[in-house]
Amino acid sequence: MTTTDQKIEFSPENMQLVKRLMGEYPEGKHKSALLRILHIAQKQFDGWLSADTMNYVAEVMNLKPIEVYEVATFYSMYFTKPVGKYVFDVCHTGPCMIEGAEKLCNHIENRLGVKQGETTPDGLFSWRGVECLGACGYAPMLQLGDSFREHLTPEIVDQLIAELKNKV
Amino acid sequence: MGRKLLIDKVNVPDIETYEVYRKEGGYRSVEKALKTMTPEEVVEEVKKSGLRGRGGAGFPTGMKWSFLAKPEGIPRYLVCNADESEPGTFKDRYLMEKIPHYLVEGMITSSYALGANTSYIYIRGEYMWVLHILEKAIAEAYANGWLGKNILGTGYNLDLYVTCGAGAYICGEETALLESLEGKRGNPRMKPPFPAVKGLWQSPTVVNNVETIAAVVPIINDGGDEYAKIGIGKSTGTKLISACGNINKPGVYEIELGIPVEEFLYSDEYCGGIKNGKKLKACIPGGSSVPIIPHFLVCKTAKGEDRLMSYESLADGGFATGSMLGSGGFIVYDEDQCVVRNTWNLARFYRHESCGQCSPCREGTGWMEKVLYHIENGTGKMDDIDLLWDIQRRIEGNTICPLGDAAAWPVAAAIRHFREEFEWHIKNPQLAQTKNYGLVAEKVFEIAQ
Ligand SMILES: Cc1cc2nc3c(=O)[nH]c(=O)nc-3n(C[C@H](O)[C@H](O)[C@H](O)COP(=O)(O)O)c2cc1C
Ligand code: FES
Repeated sequence: MTTTDQKIEFSPENMQLVKRLMGEYPEGKHKSALLRILHIAQKQFDGWLSADTMNYVAEVMNLKPIEVYEVATFYSMYFTKPVGKYVFDVCHTGPCMIEGAEKLCNHIENRLGVKQGETTPDGLFSWRGVECLGACGYAPMLQLGDSFREHLTPEIVDQLIAELKNKV
Repeated sequence: MGRKLLIDKVNVPDIETYEVYRKEGGYRSVEKALKTMTPEEVVEEVKKSGLRGRGGAGFPTGMKWSFLAKPEGIPRYLVCNADESEPGTFKDRYLMEKIPHYLVEGMITSSYALGANTSYIYIRGEYMWVLHILEKAIAEAYANGWLGKNILGTGYNLDLYVTCGAGAYICGEETALLESLEGKRGNPRMKPPFPAVKGLWQSPTVVNNVETIAAVVPIINDGGDEYAKIGIGKSTGTKLISACGNINKPGVYEIELGIPVEEFLYSDEYCGGIKNGKKLKACIPGGSSVPIIPHFLVCKTAKGEDRLMSYESLADGGFATGSMLGSGGFIVYDEDQCVVRNTWNLARFYRHESCGQCSPCREGTGWMEKVLYHIENGTGKMDDIDLLWDIQRRIEGNTICPLGDAAAWPVAAAIRHFREEFEWHIKNPQLAQTKNYGLVAEKVFEIAQ
């Protein structure tokens, strides 16, 4: 686990949301909000959960840091190492595989010039193969942030990469 | 055209909004249940309907509800399982995305039946945008007096919240889901005690699939007897099927249980037949965990009877020649697909998703993946087939939760029905490396249709 220099503090809107989420559970059971709060933290703090971020979440939620670490390392959507600004989670499970997910993975690897789990030198992109995302009828597909991109072709992916590069 | 109860109205413009949903007859089941029925009467209707859990196991919902312990002074909970991670399954998402108030309505009526005053929907983390759709619908329901205190002036109180996972198939298993909902790692619990006795925060809890809870709406509106008239035998009502793979029309369909598989697969109302004029090779009819069946057992049972889309008919012949309705994830493979590659791919899935608590599952899934990888890539040995058989047999039934079985069954079924294809890979290592499609692409044997 690495640390960052950035000051770690939820934005006022996020802090309000965090408080609301903790209030959705009975007295003393607010730990239930941990998974959602970690998503919020990951989104605000550079797309990954540093040790400092996790310690901060533990402090805000009044939990032991280990309670946060053990959750952060169990679930595949949390990153405990830095990742690109944009992460392509490409589904490569059976139904997507037979619709060409592997070819799509190769294409992305060639286009970005990095292997799965790695980040492009400009810090913009990472990609990885993930397991079924519940879009099997709209394959091949990938997840980018909170959205699904479905019925993909190499051309659509190229376009997406170009668009994201232009955004910066 | 079969009758549609759940997704009949998905194409009504703006049906995701409260106003349109209500105008189309939404929330009637809540009015009827809260104003004219006791909770016990609601449970009774669900029992009469014959509704069975739509999450995969097919357990009778009314019976499950009647097992809920009711100790004095301890809260009870209803938790909706919207984790939907079984490969091939994408029906719950469709329902929640298109017509979110349907689930909210089902949650209110069901919570009333169970005497729950706080209920949760647990949705997989990857469906974050669906979570926002649900939260919006819930806010609208609060604003219009369907949630909160003293609903419809009946004195019944209910709070409903949505929470999410963060990428873990195992959290679809009900006790892992409860752990996750408590903010922990998704490690399944030992049963007993069952959630009906000690569930969320050790309180009595019912966990039901999205579609199960939605089905309570038409059951209460029209009566359990009416619902039970649809379907066949113990497979009553309608079922959402998510169809994918090599078919012309992948998507989510609502069927009356009991229609012939042949109709579902080939008619234009549903899958529309195999893509590109190819032939059917195999089918996994109920999500990746259920046995794969070869083409000649898809539309007919081993006895030569028509195979139907029902719990019983799909399971006809047991594991020797049948499969299961499972979660309704209907995956179709054409003649070009490689069973070995597919089995390896699914073995990787289960290895990745094993929570790691039980040795047979943690070690066995990884071992199966490796052996299958070798066979697929031309470095397998003839003994490996028996080795695989042995490993899967030692996982099945020896784990805390059924993920072990779910990992073992696909491997067993692939070997049972496609042993020659495994042998071909081993005997033709060169070809197995360059051509991924096994026997059929090589035309070593023809598929008779
Ligand atoms: C490994 C595993 C994964 C499961 N995934 C899901 C799921 O994603 N959604 C679901 O509703 N049920 C899932 N189940 C079944 C649940 O444990 C439980 O039986 C179900 O939610 C009960 O609801 P029902 O009676 O309405 O079907 C899974 C079971 C296992 C063993
Ligand atoms: S297999 Fe890719 S989304 Fe289901």
